[in-house]
Amino acid sequence: MSVSAILSLGQTALELGLIYSLTVLALFLSYSMLNVCDLSTDGCFTLGASVGAVVAISGHPFLSIFAAMLAGVCSGFVTAFLQTRMGVESLLAGIIVNTGLYSVNIAVMGGSSLLNMNKTTTVFTMGKNVLASTPWKDKQVLVIAVLMVALVIVLLTCFLRTRLGLAIRATGNNPDMVRSSSINPIFTTTVGLCVANAFTALSGCLLSQSQKSVSIDIGSGVVTIALASLLIGNTFMGKGSIWKRAIGVVLGSIIFRLVYAVALRLNMPAFMLKLVSSIIVIMAISGPYLRSRWPQLNRRMRHRRTGGRENA
Amino acid sequence: MLRIEHISKTFYAGTVNEKRAIEDLSLHLFPGDFATIIGSNGAGKSTLFNAVCGDFQTDSGTIWLDGEDVTFTPVHERARQIGRLFQDPMRGSAPGMSIEENLALAAGKGGWFSHIKKDEKELFREKLSQLGMGLEDRMKQPVGLLSGGQRQALTLLMSTMIPPKILLLDEHTAALDPATAKKVLDITKQVVEDHHITTLMVTHNMQQALEMGNRILMMDSGRIVLDARDEEKKHMTADDLLQQFQENAGKRLDNDRILLRKQ
Repeated sequence: MSVSAILSLGQTALELGLIYSLTVLALFLSYSMLNVCDLSTDGCFTLGASVGAVVAISGHPFLSIFAAMLAGVCSGFVTAFLQTRMGVESLLAGIIVNTGLYSVNIAVMGGSSLLNMNKTTTVFTMGKNVLASTPWKDKQVLVIAVLMVALVIVLLTCFLRTRLGLAIRATGNNPDMVRSSSINPIFTTTVGLCVANAFTALSGCLLSQSQKSVSIDIGSGVVTIALASLLIGNTFMGKGSIWKRAIGVVLGSIIFRLVYAVALRLNMPAFMLKLVSSIIVIMAISGPYLRSRWPQLNRRMRHRRTGGRENA
Repeated sequence: MLRIEHISKTFYAGTVNEKRAIEDLSLHLFPGDFATIIGSNGAGKSTLFNAVCGDFQTDSGTIWLDGEDVTFTPVHERARQIGRLFQDPMRGSAPGMSIEENLALAAGKGGWFSHIKKDEKELFREKLSQLGMGLEDRMKQPVGLLSGGQRQALTLLMSTMIPPKILLLDEHTAALDPATAKKVLDITKQVVEDHHITTLMVTHNMQQALEMGNRILMMDSGRIVLDARDEEKKHMTADDLLQQFQENAGKRLDNDRILLRKQ
């Protein structure tokens, strides 16, 4: 394989890693901070992609980004409303919204399950023109993705240090304490999910525009992939300041994509991606659990072997 | 300051597990009162606290806090006026956040989008140093690393950051070792004195109940069976308490934890 081929493969992995890392940052907020596993992520990702695509096709590339994020906020609000005001179990609320969004997404795309943006002006085609005479020629996806991720990280870390951000973190940590600080945890949960879903939708919007098409299954399995990236990121920078952890989860997303790219080169079929991400999530979550049980398990086996005479 | 009139609460009403936790209970705490509560397990002490805080709504009766009817006010709105400490030191603070961040939330200053300011940090440092636990040098550390006593002292600081109208202490030193318990209790006395906070304290230690505060309440089966204050309380001994309890409740106080602690 030539050097240029490796470079181009690496660049694609980097681009995808960065674009998906926005969803990972969304889960960083909802899963790690708010302690809510938001299963509407898949649907919301597609919602962002389809809303973004429709607005871009109608000739508003910049507006498409804000429209997608706004759609994400609405989706997050519904999920939060169901679990805080309607007595729906948190996981179930996400699943219900996710299912409902399937119809909404097809409706947004005008009844079709596939939209093509080959001739559409998007932020990326605009970026291509701007960068045409600079050293960053043909790297518009990378440049825009880096800028977006940097912007989101700055906004997110600043947000998490505000009083509202602290309250959101405390809600996932000890809701009793939030209440006794005269803050309504329903409010903090709602704001947290709205912001997180705005990032998820942004991620979907950028992905669809960068690959110039959107299909209804663009978001399927994204929650597992993002969770895998989040957990990979946590193993590298799980502790420390919010800054470090946020950058860590972006790295996690990029590493995930790089490993996947290498696996593809080693002739792993592309359809294995989702199984691999499932296995990574299983290993990351159950690994520490099994390790903590190992000494007792070991002792029990020894006990059985020796018939109770520990020192035999 | 706190006026409770004829509140009742029955859990699992209409089932075999029906439990009348509070029955037609009335209590009037005056500004500056420091009342200790003793009573056997299941007497309704914690239920009373839960009712005052709004963890559940009572079946009947009214609760006034500083002249305001709070019977149907949600928990987080009442919390502005109420400071509360539990027996479990872990319940009052967020373990994953730093000491500074916990205090900032409790202080509740500034708008939603304000950051922790320098003068706020100075104030936290000063207040922490008053605890004498060396916490002022660990402000960036997560609260999860603190010991039970340190967390309880921190929680006390947090609940009195904005001096509440009333402080509810639910055996807040029972889970601590004797030395730490004494320290936390001393801090409690100091804080209550400094801000003249009306306080209600549950304890299982009869001697402590007699020593602290200006008023003593005994509870049994969801009712207050004894209420002595000022002069009357001053001259009370543990034996008086037991005798009065027997007369008023119509039975002997059957709680080993209390009797064993009678010195």
